[in-house]
Amino acid sequence: MTNINSKTKSLINKHGTEKSALIPLLQDVQTEYEYVPKKAIDIIAKELSIFPVEIYGVLTFYSQFKLNKPGKHTIRVCQGTACHVMGGKVLLDNISSKLGISDGETTEDGLFSIERVACLGTCGIAPVIEIDGKFYGKVQLNEVDDILNQYRGTDEK
Amino acid sequence: MKNKILVCVGTSGLSAGADKVAENFETELKKINRLNDYKIVKTGDKGLFADVIVEIIDSKKTTYINVKPKDVEKIVESHIVNNELYKRRLANENYTNFFKNQERIVLKNCGVIDPEQIDDYLEQGGYEAVKKTLKSSQEYILKEVTDSGLKGRGGGGFLTGIKWGFAKKIENDTKYLICNADEGDPGAFMDRSILESDPHAVLEGMIIAGYTIGASFGYIYCRAEYPLAIKRLNIAIKQAKENGFLGENILNSGFSFNLKIKAGAGAFVCGEETALIGSIEGRRGRPKPRPPFPAVKGLFEKPTIINNVETLANIRHIINNGSKWFASKGTKDSTGTKVFALAGKIKNTGLVEVPMGTTIKELIYGPGGGLKNKRKKFKAVQLGGPSGGCLPESLIDTPIDFASINKTGAIMGSGGMIIMDQDTCMIDIAKYFLNFTVAESCGKCVPCRVGLKRMLEVLEAITDGKGTQEHIEFLKEMSPTIKETSLCGLGQTAPNPILTTLKYFPEEYDEHINQKKCRAKVCEKLLEFTVIPDKCTKCGLCFKACPTDALEWKKGEVAYINKDKCIECKACYGACNFDAIK
Repeated sequence: MTNINSKTKSLINKHGTEKSALIPLLQDVQTEYEYVPKKAIDIIAKELSIFPVEIYGVLTFYSQFKLNKPGKHTIRVCQGTACHVMGGKVLLDNISSKLGISDGETTEDGLFSIERVACLGTCGIAPVIEIDGKFYGKVQLNEVDDILNQYRGTDEK
Repeated sequence: MKNKILVCVGTSGLSAGADKVAENFETELKKINRLNDYKIVKTGDKGLFADVIVEIIDSKKTTYINVKPKDVEKIVESHIVNNELYKRRLANENYTNFFKNQERIVLKNCGVIDPEQIDDYLEQGGYEAVKKTLKSSQEYILKEVTDSGLKGRGGGGFLTGIKWGFAKKIENDTKYLICNADEGDPGAFMDRSILESDPHAVLEGMIIAGYTIGASFGYIYCRAEYPLAIKRLNIAIKQAKENGFLGENILNSGFSFNLKIKAGAGAFVCGEETALIGSIEGRRGRPKPRPPFPAVKGLFEKPTIINNVETLANIRHIINNGSKWFASKGTKDSTGTKVFALAGKIKNTGLVEVPMGTTIKELIYGPGGGLKNKRKKFKAVQLGGPSGGCLPESLIDTPIDFASINKTGAIMGSGGMIIMDQDTCMIDIAKYFLNFTVAESCGKCVPCRVGLKRMLEVLEAITDGKGTQEHIEFLKEMSPTIKETSLCGLGQTAPNPILTTLKYFPEEYDEHINQKKCRAKVCEKLLEFTVIPDKCTKCGLCFKACPTDALEWKKGEVAYINKDKCIECKACYGACNFDAIK
C-alpha cells in the first residue's frame, strides 16, 4: 500500500489549500484508494486548516464518497424513473438477495459491493446496471447470474 | 471527398460494443486494403437507442442499426466489397419515423460529428458564432438573445436574455458564468447526450455568454456519474484553447475567457443554483435564501450567471441565424425547440427534439412510435422528474409549452418524459419520487425534511394495504403546506407527483385503500402470486421469465406458481399478456 501521508500531501500540492479545492481533492483521494481513508482526512484537515468534522460533513452529504473500502467490483444498480418502471427495484432486490448484501455493503469475500444510483442517465436501455464502468442494459432477472459469474470466474477467493 | 463510416459511440452505444464495432471496421477494411478510402468517425449518441447505429456515407447514405461487432465482417463484405446492402441490419421504417417528425437544432451535430475532433465541429460551422459575437457589441448580443425569447431549458423557464442582463448591469471586476450540467432528474439524459456528442456547442455558448455579461471565468459543474461527458469536455476545452477560441485574448479581440470543470459528487439538490455554488466553493450543497440572487451575489460573492447545458447549446444557433429565426419556431411564449428524453414503456427510447407547442400525443405516437407492448394500455406520461407530475390519457393533447404544462400541475422540467402503461401503479410512482426527494433533501428546512418523510410513510402504508381515508386527507393537507413553506425548488415541487396522481388517478388510491387491490399488480403486499386458470392461455411466457424456477409449466398446461421457490419478484406479471396472474 502506498503511503497515504505522502500521497495525500502530493494531491494537496496539486489542488492547493483553498477551501474550494476540498471536493476535487477528496475525489482524487477516492480515485486513489477507492474510499477516503481516515488518515487522509486528518492530513487534509491540518493542511487546509479546517476541522475534520467539516470534511466529514461534506463526505457524508455527497453520495459519491465512501468511508469504507468497497469490494473488488462495484455493482451500481440504477434506480432512475425509467429503470423503476422497467423493473429496476426488483433487479436491485434480486441482486441484493443473491449476494446477501444490501446497498452500500460489501460481500464477505470482498468481491462485490452494491451501490444504488439515482440515475445513470441511460434510460433508453433500462433497467441498467454498471459494473466497474461497464454498462449492462435491458437486464433480465435470469441474466443476473451470468453477468455476476463473469466477475467471479478468474478471481481468487 | 472521402467516404465516411459513422459509428455511434455514446454511453448506450458503448454498452452494446460500439468501440468494438468501430475497431472491427478498421480491421476489416485493412484486410481488403480499403482503409484509405474510408474515414471512420466515432460520433456521440444519435439519439435513438438502437444499440449500435452505423452510417455509411459513400455515394449515398445508408444506415444500419442494432449492429453487433460480429456483423461488421458481413457488412463490409456485402456493402463495400460487393456493393450490395446488408439487409439484415438495415434501418427500418421505425427508425426513419423516429427522425422524420423532429426538428433538430440543438441535436444537429449529435451522431454526425466526432466529438473529440474540433475539425469536425468547425466543418459544421463551429465557432462562427463566437467570431460574430466578438465583432459585435455586448448590447447587440444581449438584445439578440432576449429577442429570441429563449427560456432556460433546465426547468425554470426564465428568460435567458433577462437573466444575462441582470449580471451585465452590475459593475464588478470579476463575474462568473456557470454551466449547470448536474443533470440529476432521474429519467433525463439530454444534457449527457449533448455533452457527449457535441461538447464544443456548449463551450461556444459559454464563451458568448461570458462575453455578453463580462465574465472571464467559467465553470462547468458536471455530474460525476457522467465520466464520458467529462472526458470529452476536457478534450474539447484543450482543443478550443489550441485553436484560440478559449484562453487569453480570444481571436485578438481583447476578450479572455477560461474554463474549469468541476465534477459533482452525487447530490441532486446541487442542481439548485445556490446549492451548486456552495458545492463549487467546497461546502455541502445547501440552498440559501434568495435574494441576493446569484446574478448579484453568487460564486465567491461575485455576480454569477448559471445556465443549463441545453440553453447554452442553443445560443450559437441564435447568434448565427438571428433572433427572428429562433422566435419563429415554437409558440409565442415558448420559442424554439425542446429536447425530450423519451423512456419507459415506449417503443423508441431516445432523444427527440421538436418545436415547442407540439402535443404530447404527437411526440409519443410520432417519433416515439407508440407503446412498446401494443397489447398493453397507455396509462400516464410523467413529465419533469421528481418535481413534475403524471398526466393521464385525457391530457395527452396538451401542447408542450411552459404555460400549458404548468396548468396541468406537472412542469416542463428539464425534458424527461417517461411513458407508463397499465402495468405501472400510480401510487407506487408517487412513492418512488417521494423516496427520491426524501433521500435527496438537504435537511435544512423542516417542511421538506420532515413533511416529505411523513408523506412517504403514508404512501408506504397505502401500498402495503394499511391505508385509510384519513391518509388521503393528510396528503391533501400536507402537500400545499410543504410547497408554500420550503426554501428551495426541491421542497417547493416535491409534492407534485402526489398531487397529480391524487388529481388524475383517484380511483387507484381508492382501490388500494378500500379494496386492498393494486390494479397494475405492482404493490406486492396486495398480490397473491397465483395463476388464474380461466385466464391462462398456457403460452409459457411467465415460465420463461421466472428467474427462480418457481413457475411450473408444460406445453398445453396451465402454469402454476410454487410458493416455496417464489421470491415475489413479479417477473411473471410483467411477462403475462393476459392478466392471468393475481
